[in-house]
Amino acid sequence: MRTLIFRTVAPFLSSLMILFSVFVLLRGHNEPGGGFIGGLIAASALAIYGIAFGVSPVRRAIRFHPMALAGFGLFMAAIAGILSIFSNVPFLTGLWIYPKIFGVEVALSTPMMFDIGVYFVVFGSITSTALALEERERD
Amino acid sequence: MTFYALFLPFVVALFAPALTRILKHNAAWVLALAPAALFVHFLGSIGAVAEGERVTGGVQWIPSFNVNFSWMIDGLSLTFALLISGIGTLIVLYSGGYLKGHKHQGRFFSFILMFMGSMQGLVLSDSFLMLFVFWELTSITSFLLIGFNHAEERSRRSAIQALVVTGLGGLSLLAGLLVIWNITGVSEMSLLLSTGDLLRESPFFVAAFVLVLGGAFTKSAQFPFHFWLPNAMEAPTPVSAYLHSATMVKAGVYLLMRLNPVMGDTVAWETVLPVFGGVTLIAGTLLGARQTDLKMMLAYTTMASLGLLVMLTGFGTEGAIAGAVLYLIAHSMFKGGLFMVAGNVDHEAGTRDITRLGGLAGAMPVTFIAALFAAISMGGLPPFVGFLAKEEIYYGLARGDTWSVVFTIVAIVGNALMFVLGFAVALKPFLGPKVETPKHAHEGPVLLLAGPAVLALGSLFFALFSGWSHEHFSTPMASAVMGDTAEITISIIPHPGLALYLSLGTIALGVLLYLSLEKIRSGMAALLTGIGWGPDRGFDQAIVGIVKLSVAVTRLVQRGRLEFYITATLIFLVLAILVPMGIAGEWPAVPAFPELYFYEWLLVLIAVLGLFAVIWARNRLTAIVSLGIQGFAVAVYFMLLGAPDLSFTQFMVETLSVVILALAMTRLRLSPQDHRSAVQTVMDGIIALAAGGALTLLLLRVLETDFDPSLTEFFNEYSLQIAHGRNIVNVILVDFRGIDTFGEIAVVMTSGLAILALIRVLPRRSRSALSEPPKNPQNAGEAA
Repeated sequence: MRTLIFRTVAPFLSSLMILFSVFVLLRGHNEPGGGFIGGLIAASALAIYGIAFGVSPVRRAIRFHPMALAGFGLFMAAIAGILSIFSNVPFLTGLWIYPKIFGVEVALSTPMMFDIGVYFVVFGSITSTALALEERERD
Repeated sequence: MTFYALFLPFVVALFAPALTRILKHNAAWVLALAPAALFVHFLGSIGAVAEGERVTGGVQWIPSFNVNFSWMIDGLSLTFALLISGIGTLIVLYSGGYLKGHKHQGRFFSFILMFMGSMQGLVLSDSFLMLFVFWELTSITSFLLIGFNHAEERSRRSAIQALVVTGLGGLSLLAGLLVIWNITGVSEMSLLLSTGDLLRESPFFVAAFVLVLGGAFTKSAQFPFHFWLPNAMEAPTPVSAYLHSATMVKAGVYLLMRLNPVMGDTVAWETVLPVFGGVTLIAGTLLGARQTDLKMMLAYTTMASLGLLVMLTGFGTEGAIAGAVLYLIAHSMFKGGLFMVAGNVDHEAGTRDITRLGGLAGAMPVTFIAALFAAISMGGLPPFVGFLAKEEIYYGLARGDTWSVVFTIVAIVGNALMFVLGFAVALKPFLGPKVETPKHAHEGPVLLLAGPAVLALGSLFFALFSGWSHEHFSTPMASAVMGDTAEITISIIPHPGLALYLSLGTIALGVLLYLSLEKIRSGMAALLTGIGWGPDRGFDQAIVGIVKLSVAVTRLVQRGRLEFYITATLIFLVLAILVPMGIAGEWPAVPAFPELYFYEWLLVLIAVLGLFAVIWARNRLTAIVSLGIQGFAVAVYFMLLGAPDLSFTQFMVETLSVVILALAMTRLRLSPQDHRSAVQTVMDGIIALAAGGALTLLLLRVLETDFDPSLTEFFNEYSLQIAHGRNIVNVILVDFRGIDTFGEIAVVMTSGLAILALIRVLPRRSRSALSEPPKNPQNAGEAA
């Protein structure tokens, strides 16, 4: 898999896919997309990068252990649920705020936070599995 | 306030380790403020409770199931709460001295505070579910405390034993509470107490009764579940003093007392409780007489005392209940004190073996006096609260009929033996000629003395001011247990009567037995060696049996061959689909030939080609990649049907599963070719066809039923309106059914962890098998 073409294209492809995964994640509430699919795209991006350059560059690139990212995601989803308790509504009730950032109204919500959590869990878990398997390949 | 009081110990427990790191053992002074504050808080309810009021409160927990987080303070729970927080304060101080300099003292404080919170929650709980949760928490914290010296095998065994026995009892209790809930329709103690005879007259009363007893008897170490309690003495002494004498083991008694108004006064109650209690009383004292270890002697008398309490609760007369109430208070104080004394002796002299101790009175005068006071109370001599308790017990038991006479005799023998053991612990180490001890004995620091001293004085004052203490503690408590107004008036001034003569008889018998303690000890030792088997051995045998059974079951089910798992799963899938269909006769009709566009036919063709590619593939890798062909065809079809989200996900899942499967397969070092024989291949083919066919039939049948559009309409209508999202699939995932998704991502993460563990564990084994030196993965990555 280490052809010159693949190795040349892989960084661009991976970064585009990561970017696209974030786009898919954020548009998810209104257009096709969401955290799950976003996480899958991001995981594929890293899988491509890993196949092209080996596991260590991928691990260096994401800095954290992928399982830690998954844990962060689960934590974030839990926080998104718990926030509603503090507003005296049942667990996981959606809360929305519309702050103006640079004059643009942005819709922020706990469902979005929850979806970002889903993204990280899927991304982290699959990346961790894929990387661990690739790593063994080179043992 | 009570709401916060319920959580205070847990919160303080969080900070205990950090505080102990800063203040060392002096952290005890600060940490003891928490239970002390609780003690003061509960003292505030005394006035209201003494007037017969019931202080209740709570918040709704799960309103849809009618489950509340609610508490109730009446005479019974108040006395318990005061004992827990009061003795808790002393225990925290005592632990400060006892474990001074211990590496994990902070952890110990944390555990003991958590236990205190659990126990307090248990006695204050109004709602059944809350009671159960706290009940289990006491088991868990007790497990942590018994296993505190986790480096020792015996501690670990004792901790597991206690957890298993009391944990099983907890499940039994849960079942019992659910039965009660079902019978009466109420889930709160305060409401249950006003249901009258509803429970007693139910045909399921016996079920509820047996299940509740399962909880109470295991927790309160009734024969034959007593064995975990003496073993729990592996725990540090403050734990023994607190959990295994003053508080936790009384949880069972508390439960029985709590349920006495609704379950008592029945034949089952008045037979089973006194019999088991009586047997436990006698067995406990006799087993205790054999011991030479101070803590073990006290442990068995604790078991005996619990037996006495259960027996009295079951007896049910006003006098017996009053006796039980007084004895419970007395026991918590004198036994807590005696345990701390035993701990002091152990701490300062270096041994707890009674045959190797003697003449310590001069070196440890305060300890000696505290021990003496406690023993006098335990022996039932004036002017201590133990005396009041014993008079009341005899007053309550002594009736004319045979039943009462038998239990009066049981009580006399039991009390006499406890008298013996109490004084043996309090006198033998201190009097007589000085014996050389492993450490040079001297008086402990104030942290070690405060506990026993305060408890000894408490016993004294309770009895001296009996009028005041009865009004505020014993009478309200007895009334709560009786479910009716009870009046306790007994004072330390002896007045002639049957009870007094029985007391005198007990003391005379006790003195006689004390003098022949050595003989009893050797006699019991010979007897027990003769029997050679006890519930303790039985526990080990049961555990070994369970392990053997599970090994056998695992061998049967988990063959370790993937082929076997897949075959079994598919066969059961086929059966699970076809058998119900066959029984109900719900076979689908032959479907009409579909009218598809040409490009849809193309997709079907691609999928079928993919299928044949998988079947005819020459090696595994080709097969895996071909598997993706069908997946992509299906994904495209989803797109055509107008489900972009589904299609998207299908694409990604297919891609990733091909990648991951390929990675996993290349790692398995399998032979690239199919190794199956022709017969095997045909068999597998039949199973595969059957599974596919069954699923197809199921789907066809499902599609024949009428489609219920109410959910679709609901989501269509409300997705934008209340969840502010136009993508319905996503809104369902993250909002309407968010809790499902939350569970799913937790599963995803857990399986991720499990896979990681599997991948990491296996190569080490195969590497060592192949004796390959592990290469540096980084270099390997560059080189490959």
